[in-house]
Amino acid sequence: MANKEWPLWEVFIRSKQGLNHKHVGSLRAADADMAIENARDVYTRRSEGVSIWVVASNNVFASNPGDADSLYEPSDSKIYRHPTFYEVPDGIEHM
Amino acid sequence: MNALFEYLVRLGDDSLIIGHRLSEWCGHGPILEEDIAMTNLSLDFIGQATSFLKYAGEVEGKGRTEDDLAYLRFDRDYRNLLLVEQPNGDFGMTIVRQFLFDAYRKLLFERLIHSKDETIAAIAAKSLKETKYHLKHSSEWVIRLGDGTEESHQRVQDSLDTLWRYTSELFYADEVDEKLVKDGVIPSMEGLESAWKASVNEVLAEATLKVPDNNWKHEGGRKGMHSEHLGYILAELQYMQRAYPGLEW
Repeated sequence: MANKEWPLWEVFIRSKQGLNHKHVGSLRAADADMAIENARDVYTRRSEGVSIWVVASNNVFASNPGDADSLYEPSDSKIYRHPTFYEVPDGIEHM
Repeated sequence: MNALFEYLVRLGDDSLIIGHRLSEWCGHGPILEEDIAMTNLSLDFIGQATSFLKYAGEVEGKGRTEDDLAYLRFDRDYRNLLLVEQPNGDFGMTIVRQFLFDAYRKLLFERLIHSKDETIAAIAAKSLKETKYHLKHSSEWVIRLGDGTEESHQRVQDSLDTLWRYTSELFYADEVDEKLVKDGVIPSMEGLESAWKASVNEVLAEATLKVPDNNWKHEGGRKGMHSEHLGYILAELQYMQRAYPGLEW
């Protein structure tokens, strides 16, 4: 009991309306309510966000770094998948 | 005596001293996240103190700034509640002190936003937003610890029993308050105490804590009669300005 640590949570912050929540880091908390409060104090104290998600870290399943060659390299040679051959009209921003 | 000045100093000193107490936790919090949370609260309170004491200095009209008031008065000139100067103790003690104070502050600011004095109303409106979060934070911890393990329950119950004697002072009112209410500067505080008791009792019940039946009252802060703890706080708070007058960095 003495050495038992609280579970780890991954924190996602939406910096402003219309943008996606973005992973900003992790923290420890006893439950989801406390995780939200801690995230508020740890990650939004300099006005970084308008919305917080927390996800228990043990619910995050990750791809295997060892599989990187087969997962990601094949797309490197397929430049035609990028929409870079269109001309962007004047006045369109944030593309 | 300038009642408005006196009133503003009381509000400002409450924020200043509890803010200082919370700052003492910096680097000593039970976990990193809570350490940051408490120093965040501390900064909120020091910000409130700045607003109230700055306005107090303007009202007084003797050219004293918020820094002059915060750093260059003697202990008898401080008007904070005895509750806020009580030592941090363990984390549970700090949380109970915070909870009792936050519950009062929220109700107070909910009234002061209707002050006819525009500056008081504006400071209250800004502070109320912070205070709602402070109260949520301290309430949740009171519930966690009270309804936690046998040890955490006993510790917060002891803290509650120790601090209860300082709660009657939250509703202290004298000629200062009477004059400001009469002049229409601040709204009447009638019903504040019963509203506070209702809100505190609700959380304590959820926390399985017993409301102390000790009705012994300990007051004096509003008149500058403090416990021995304030002197130690001021020694640390004022050291730099006393040792190096006018120092800025």
